[in-house]
Amino acid sequence: MDLDRQRELNALRPDLLRFARLQLRDAGAAEDAVQETLLAALTGSHRFESRSSYKTWLISILRNKIIDTIRSQSREVSASSLAADEAGDDLLDDALFDRRGHWQDSATPGRWADPEASFEQQQFWKVFEACLDRLPAKTARVFMMREFLGFETDEICKEAGISSSNCWVVLHRARLGLRTCLETNWFAGAET
Amino acid sequence: MLNCRQATELMSQEQDRPLTLVERLGLRLHVWICAGCNNYRRQMGILRAACRRFGSGGTP
Repeated sequence: MDLDRQRELNALRPDLLRFARLQLRDAGAAEDAVQETLLAALTGSHRFESRSSYKTWLISILRNKIIDTIRSQSREVSASSLAADEAGDDLLDDALFDRRGHWQDSATPGRWADPEASFEQQQFWKVFEACLDRLPAKTARVFMMREFLGFETDEICKEAGISSSNCWVVLHRARLGLRTCLETNWFAGAET
Repeated sequence: MLNCRQATELMSQEQDRPLTLVERLGLRLHVWICAGCNNYRRQMGILRAACRRFGSGGTP
């Protein structure tokens, strides 16, 4: 049986919009990408058995729209704006490492119990989104190009106009910040 | 000998490029003796799995 498309689209629209906003950090551009996705979806003739498979398909269309948007805004992530992100990095660094570069006692990474069980909980993904949203804007953009949109680092460097070593630094900063946020706000509380 | 800050940099970079032999050996030794970095390395894997899931719309 085919889904009631219009109803399902309306129900999934907020998810799509959040996904696009996280990555584009621009409400107008996100709205455009979602609109184009919905148009493509309404004219498509695929059939879906469930909302989750429908959502997966919509997200894959949306991902391509986001990639197009990023490519058309090439070099928007300039080296200078990445430098502005770095001010907060030093603070995080001091909170995590001592002067010899070893973990501070209070910041030593713990063991994350049963991540698969976390992945099944909607609350986990709320925390995950909030943590992504807390990353500095340009850092987050580079990270999501790599991890959600599947760009290779070479291409990110080109689009962002930065060197590969700079790209690795930015990705490292993003991962460090994200895992610290997840540990603090999710896994530390979930330990038994 | 790597410190933890340097080890975390390599643990990120191994997700983006092949490490050199010297880097791999240094990291392996460090992770073997450092529980915090051993956990960190697992966390990098979990983070990537979470991103795959989120990026493909597979969240509940």
